Amino acid sequence: MTRQQVLDLYFMENRAKLIDLAAFLDRVDRAGGEADFRLDAFKQAMRELGDGEPGRAQKVLLSLSDPTTEPIAKAPGKGAVGAWPGKS
Amino acid sequence: MRYIEPHGHMVSRTTDDYIKMATAGCACVSEPAFWAGFDRSSVDGFHDYFCQLTDYEPKRAAKFGLAHYSWLCINPKESEDVTLASEVIGIIPKFIDRPNVLGIGEIGLNKNSRNELKVLEMHVDLAARTNELILVHTPHLEDKLKGTRLILDVLKADSRIKPERCIIDHVEEHTVQMVLDRGHWAGMTLYPESKCTGARACDILDNYGHERLWMNSACDWGVSVPLAVPYAALEMRKRGWTAEQIDGVIYGNPIRFMSQSPKFKL
Repeated sequence: MTRQQVLDLYFMENRAKLIDLAAFLDRVDRAGGEADFRLDAFKQAMRELGDGEPGRAQKVLLSLSDPTTEPIAKAPGKGAVGAWPGKS
Repeated sequence: MRYIEPHGHMVSRTTDDYIKMATAGCACVSEPAFWAGFDRSSVDGFHDYFCQLTDYEPKRAAKFGLAHYSWLCINPKESEDVTLASEVIGIIPKFIDRPNVLGIGEIGLNKNSRNELKVLEMHVDLAARTNELILVHTPHLEDKLKGTRLILDVLKADSRIKPERCIIDHVEEHTVQMVLDRGHWAGMTLYPESKCTGARACDILDNYGHERLWMNSACDWGVSVPLAVPYAALEMRKRGWTAEQIDGVIYGNPIRFMSQSPKFKL
């Protein structure tokens, strides 16, 4: 596809997602109380969008991932929260 | 259009879903063993589940003209209890020769713990001893990168395992390359809120080729869309893919992988 075709096909959809993202951050700002590590991780991952280099999806995913390599002693539960808290 | 749903937890879905899938061109579903949303209390619960996967569900699918295949295991979400896992793995040979069983799956890791790893190795050993195909679940979200690396190392460490007979499912942009580099097949799961969207799956196909990738909905009791594969096919069509290219990915590729089991017939 040409860039023009990609824009024709996906611009409106991603414009909406961009505004949703902005509204989400505004909503977090308006809310009371303390945020947890997920907000910092989210903002860090957003920086991957702005470097103008390809592979942004991969970089965002890596930014939110546990980078350690050793198995943990015991599963703390079953769920995942979407960002790595910075310790295993 | 015709397609195969190579990873659907149909026991969690309604007959309406079967009707929609058959109407959309689904020819066949393959159903890996899954977590029920709660921990089963004994090996007897798994015995009954395996009966459901190998006896009852194929009959239910057949009512809608769909072939039904299954994969057996104790899911990584229940693998922290190694004693229970050992008991469950012990009953799998009783079911493995049933006509719709294609292999061992979906095995893998969830939180990347030592016990999960131990149970993964036990499953891989069973698959090697019985010469079965392997379908692997990779962890969710922040745990996927690390878990995928650990899983690939377990498979590589067992010299009896042929990489082309293993599919590593739920790959995303940060894990697909390492899976393909090891010679495995890779599965992309199309979910509304996590894993992959149809658009991203098409990007991955554009970037990594069509040779050893399949797409699935992994529809279950959670947020999931049973028609995710045909929706992704529409995405391909919007991008100008030919009917043959689409057919090759959503129909041909699952057949090429699953046909490595002599039981798979379509």
